[in-house]
Amino acid sequence: MKITVQEVRYVADLANLKLTDQEIDRLSKDLDDILAHMDTLNELDTSNVQPMAQVLYEAEDTATLREDRERPPLDNATALLNAAQAGAGYYKVPKVIER
Amino acid sequence: MSALAAGIATLDARQVRKGLDARDFSAVELTSSALEFAQVENPQTNAYLTFCPERALAAAERVDKKLASGEDPGPLAGVTVAVKDVIVTRGVRTTCGSRLLERYVPPYDATAVIRLEQAGGIILGKTNCDEFAMGSSNENSAFGPVMNPFAPDRVSGGSSGGSAAAVAQGTAVVALGSDTGGSVRQPAGFCGVVGVTPTYGRVSRYGLTAFASSLDHIGPFGRTVRDAALLLQTIAGRDECDATSAFAPLPDYLAQQNGDVKGRKLGLPREYFDGLSSESAGPVLKGVELLKKLGCEVKEISLPATKYAVACYYIIATAEASANLARYDGVRYTTRVAADTLSDMYRATRGAGFGAECKRRIMLGTYVLSHGYYDAYYLKAQKVRTLIAEDFRKAFAEVDAIIAPVSPSPAFKIGEKIDDPVEMYLADIYTVTGDLAGIPCMSVPCGKTAGGLPVGMQILTRHFDEAGMFRLADAFEKAGGFTG
Repeated sequence: MKITVQEVRYVADLANLKLTDQEIDRLSKDLDDILAHMDTLNELDTSNVQPMAQVLYEAEDTATLREDRERPPLDNATALLNAAQAGAGYYKVPKVIER
Repeated sequence: MSALAAGIATLDARQVRKGLDARDFSAVELTSSALEFAQVENPQTNAYLTFCPERALAAAERVDKKLASGEDPGPLAGVTVAVKDVIVTRGVRTTCGSRLLERYVPPYDATAVIRLEQAGGIILGKTNCDEFAMGSSNENSAFGPVMNPFAPDRVSGGSSGGSAAAVAQGTAVVALGSDTGGSVRQPAGFCGVVGVTPTYGRVSRYGLTAFASSLDHIGPFGRTVRDAALLLQTIAGRDECDATSAFAPLPDYLAQQNGDVKGRKLGLPREYFDGLSSESAGPVLKGVELLKKLGCEVKEISLPATKYAVACYYIIATAEASANLARYDGVRYTTRVAADTLSDMYRATRGAGFGAECKRRIMLGTYVLSHGYYDAYYLKAQKVRTLIAEDFRKAFAEVDAIIAPVSPSPAFKIGEKIDDPVEMYLADIYTVTGDLAGIPCMSVPCGKTAGGLPVGMQILTRHFDEAGMFRLADAFEKAGGFTG
């Protein structure tokens, strides 16, 4: 076993996913199978290999920087068009801070 | 159906332009007929999720106006385009194949969308795809799978299945898809059309809904190499809205399709022919023979890290996805499941909104990045990614292009692999490597199986050498490679 049901619940919590017991069971099995396949990477000796940070590594670090110019952003009403709930020009969410 | 609509399925971009210039039809007439035809044909494949007739007709009117006043209507004038529904379109619903975004109407256009419309292209609608581009069969769409135009009981491939099917059916001349691990090339292969994954950074990702940012590419589909190259030409190039888009000079792809491929050195990676089904191997090897006849020199090469590519890819892609999909939290993107606390609202919204494959990948990605596992999985995978890129770098010191299959087998049956994620992932073996290395690669049709299913052949070249790739593909197509 690569991953336990407890670990699956823990990871679901980290990922902010509410899962049913049935989903937890299924994911435990699937992740176990997938992680077993991932372990094939351990056959490779990578002790002298640099991790890749960018596929076009030949480019200069500053190659893609742009000039810092002001540009008009989306206006407030447009930005809120897809809000699940909006009010007074803001996104509304359930109360976070108790008074 | 009008006579124009009936003849529309086989038009290419050049014929469209010829017809417009000769006043055989106007862009508005062509667009109306194309919309009519696409809507009649769509139930056969479920390729489109949304049509945008108003936007299409407005674009067509602009083309007609320019033609009437003698202005240049642009290289894509009147060419109909289907756009994968992970690419945002202002005012036109963009679902990403997800329930979560069923009602999401973006307030801006992707750079690729702006550019193709400026070039005279006509967007007809948005195409079906696996949810957030996660899948290889289009079965992970919340709006149902896309049926293969050649066999309705088989998958279109994925994740850009709708775009591939639309072009194969002839409802659009070209289409935009996105490719993170093969999502353009694999459905192109399954549906018998040309599909291109350009060099990473060649096309701006601004407005492409992020799945795995270090691997995501927007790429074109066409029924001919020329049309796919033409679409890439119009959308490619530096965009300051995407810091990873490249400054590299953009050659004239069409001018370089001169048929001269004599003496081109091609490599056949032996690892890509292990585990290849005989029905796919046949057309691919026949394709290689044809390239030899055209004067190419073919030799066997080795890309030894290939067998680790799927594991490497699914660690990096899911890790990045788990971060990118964090934004779907019930606040900014239309859908919310109400709950008493903010945290419960996030969890309930995401639990109800994401489909099974997205959840699997978010979970996997969160796990490989979590405390205690980061080095073992994520860091290890980033090192293996370096090895895969090194393999290609070494190979391209010896050869100009690599020829390979696209997928181990042709289009499989709907439902056949959906319950076995590992098997589904392993079928991506020949396509994930190109994305991991960031090199240009494409799928060109090279024939069919005995059962009549299309088979694709893959061409991969050096960073930014799309021109060399297109020249080879175009010569292959003209020599009859498509019919096998």
